[in-house]
Amino acid sequence: MPDTGIGASVRRKEDFRFLTGQGRYTDDINRPGQLHAYFVRSPHAHARIKGIDRSKAESSPGVHAVFIGADMAADNVGSLPCGWVVTDRHGEPHKAPPHFPLARDKARYVGDHVAVVIAKTYAQAKEAGEQVQVDYEELPATVNVTAALASGAPQLHDEAPGNLCYDWVLGDEAEADAAFAKAAHVTKVDLINNRLIPNAMEPRAAIGEYDGGTDSYTLYSTSQNPHLLKLILCAFVLGLNENKLRVIAPDVGGGFGSKIFCYAEETVCTWAAKKVKAPVKWTGDRSEAFTSDAHGRDHVTHAQLAMDENGKFLGMKVDTTANMGAYLSSFSTSVPTYLYATLLAGQYTTPVIFANVKSVFTNTSPVDAYRGAGRPEATYVVERLVEVAAREMKLDPAEIRRRNFIQPDQFPYQTPVALQYDIGNYGQSMDKALEMIDYDGFPARKAASEAKGKLRGIGFSAYIEACGIAPSAVVGSLGAGVGLWESAQVRFNATGSVTIFTGSHSHGQGHETTFSQLVSQTLGVPIENVEIVHGDTGSIPMGMGTYGSRSLAVGGSAIARACDKIIEKSKKIAAHLMEASVEDVEFDNGTFRVAGTDKEKSIAEVAFTAYVPHNYPEDVEPGLDETAFYDPLNFTYPAGVHICEVEIDPATGVTEIVDWVAVDDFGKIINPMVVEGQVHGGIAQGVGQALLENCVYDGDSGQLLTGSYMDYCMPRADNLPSFRVGMTETACTHNPLGVKGCGEAGAIAAPAATINAITNALGILSMDMPATPEKVWRLANQHAQAAE
Amino acid sequence: MPSVSMTVNGRAVTGDVEGRTLLVQFLRENLSLTGTHVGCDTSQCGACVVHVDGESVKSCTLLALQADGAEVTTIEGLAKNGELHPMQEAFRENHGLQCGFCTPGMVMSAVDLLNKNPNPDEGEIREWLEGNICRCTGYHNIVKAIQSAAQTMRG
Repeated sequence: MPDTGIGASVRRKEDFRFLTGQGRYTDDINRPGQLHAYFVRSPHAHARIKGIDRSKAESSPGVHAVFIGADMAADNVGSLPCGWVVTDRHGEPHKAPPHFPLARDKARYVGDHVAVVIAKTYAQAKEAGEQVQVDYEELPATVNVTAALASGAPQLHDEAPGNLCYDWVLGDEAEADAAFAKAAHVTKVDLINNRLIPNAMEPRAAIGEYDGGTDSYTLYSTSQNPHLLKLILCAFVLGLNENKLRVIAPDVGGGFGSKIFCYAEETVCTWAAKKVKAPVKWTGDRSEAFTSDAHGRDHVTHAQLAMDENGKFLGMKVDTTANMGAYLSSFSTSVPTYLYATLLAGQYTTPVIFANVKSVFTNTSPVDAYRGAGRPEATYVVERLVEVAAREMKLDPAEIRRRNFIQPDQFPYQTPVALQYDIGNYGQSMDKALEMIDYDGFPARKAASEAKGKLRGIGFSAYIEACGIAPSAVVGSLGAGVGLWESAQVRFNATGSVTIFTGSHSHGQGHETTFSQLVSQTLGVPIENVEIVHGDTGSIPMGMGTYGSRSLAVGGSAIARACDKIIEKSKKIAAHLMEASVEDVEFDNGTFRVAGTDKEKSIAEVAFTAYVPHNYPEDVEPGLDETAFYDPLNFTYPAGVHICEVEIDPATGVTEIVDWVAVDDFGKIINPMVVEGQVHGGIAQGVGQALLENCVYDGDSGQLLTGSYMDYCMPRADNLPSFRVGMTETACTHNPLGVKGCGEAGAIAAPAATINAITNALGILSMDMPATPEKVWRLANQHAQAAE
Repeated sequence: MPSVSMTVNGRAVTGDVEGRTLLVQFLRENLSLTGTHVGCDTSQCGACVVHVDGESVKSCTLLALQADGAEVTTIEGLAKNGELHPMQEAFRENHGLQCGFCTPGMVMSAVDLLNKNPNPDEGEIREWLEGNICRCTGYHNIVKAIQSAAQTMRG
């Protein structure tokens, strides 16, 4: 089946429903008798809640209930937990102040949840919400990490003196100092990794439902990982037995990390459904998404690279302060530590690396994983450092990278920052990218731009990421509260079709197609006879969901393992039917054969026999339905080289991306069309960060200044070019499919490539993102003046 | 409550709405046509684009009462006799969608572009899409899909 199997750009099975308006997103679902929730949110960045008068709201038309933090406390509803314990440099766990779904003592950011109104219609709930009288005592606020760490800064939590969540180190500082002492040259950069707001196009939504007859709950949620949400809600927040909550995440309109986490709104809707004896629905509007979705990035970094006289890297020191926001979101603590500092080796043989990360509470929305999660920040540090080093050392940017690449014969390669890369060929990606962009032709293109009065620049990003998250024992030893395996159940139906239940969750990635290709080829079943079921804890084995480019590497591997079990069992049945010994039965493309004979049985016939076992082997159970749990042996390490070419109009400061070449090594690829689509989308988000997007809070009031699409600049079609995507392939050595994952690469590679290109065009070493026309214009003209 | 009547996807419909009811709410809540989506509250994202009397309109920015008597086409009404519109087919063929949330608005907007300009170049397509935000695709394949649909529809 070459046209639908592994390696084919099969058109997506999910598209018909999306293209005809038949997708079923959470807000499309309405439950009988449902009420609507409106959240009263803090207008202040930091305020003590002295009292809440809800009497007027309670008597407003249509209102069923108004709840506040004290009501949840009375029901022993717990704090929203952070699931990853980071141990600081003194051996102490990170500071973990409580994060209640409805604030109990203070509001700590603009948008913090203070009360919920539940009414017959959303309009009635919202109108009544305006009648909830909250007596706030305003407190001074702090929004950026430097200010929050200063002495005398407003304190957010009693549990976290000085607003410090943790002060964490990785690597040996004395060894790093020794490497720097030997250096012929040290390159230093100061970087701000700008804060981003994820902005999946579907706003978050939830419907909580309670069934008194069975004393059980159902939650419809826009979640990337319904099982994890169920686990957190039951075990840590609501105190329910896990068999009493079913979480359904139907079609989900993008996530990019922001829909991993356990949020206040879905917690409140679930809890309140029992209180008001009716389903409770909440759909966020975009303004709420801006203040209440977990944000991303927000690092301040000073980094240094020590080199010998030939530009060979001797050591790296990185000092980063990361913004956690007002509370710790579900996996926030791991992002600037284990998903960041462990990637600082990049693609290079830097022998010694020391990283110090301080994470800080501020009066801003919580910050957590956003597409790439720590790895874009690491790549930005490494690739900005390397680029500046090349300019200072007067080395070609491709050449300095090549001199330091880990070579193909060095794998498996143990980095000084904990990870062991299994395989890669970085020089090959560089060669291909240089060829695709026509690097030799750049000087002529630059001259042509200059002749038009334009500035042309070229920028590289040789990124690496740790994906396929993650070996449970490894992450457990690093503080993760969960295992990061994945499950799959492969069910043959009696008449030969196959239903796959996966713990991965698709919110745009096309799993229904990619996984179907995998199963179709492995079992020899036509792709249209394969159905993928995801997103319902009521029907799927416990699974861990989709993030960290893990679905194919971990979830797909689980499917492959379950298919192996199906084939193994089927061979016994086929052997019985063909009166042969199991050892003589071969399986190929859906057919079992007895070697050296013309006897054969199709897998559909075997499946039918398994369910209608009239003529059946004695020692085999009926049925053909196998489950596998796959725990990866290592992370996977997708890597590649992106090259961005820009042309800047110094009169307007507008940067045009005139070419973009992405050469990525994702290992084996199942659906090239889907993979390229993932690369395009990732680059767009990375370019968005580099050119357009920036979350800004007012430093005094703590108000979010970029709280709508009027103020937060999302990439539009006319901000972006078409992209040229190439691939190289070194197959992952430790999973059954040889795959690595592709979902985050573009977002990881793009910011450094873009800023390297712009600074190259401007003839400067550094600038901060986003490179808005105003900023670029100022730099272009300062530079021109200085040159005069 | 005032009553509103319009033709939606060829079917005459009537409903009681509040004065403030938006067209998108009327479509989603009264008619259960949930293919039209709401992705923002500032008329920027374009997930809610439908056709009103043949023109693409953000249905979050029009009161239901303003559409009284109008001919409205939503994404549910685009395919005819079970056959996808060439624009829908081109989006499928060119992988012009991922999560699918912006897709109905994108497709409706793109159909209107080709009604006005049957042979747009890449720059014209990108400029036209200024009012439709997609967070998944980087627009690359959306642009390709619209170019491909334009070619098909020109015959």
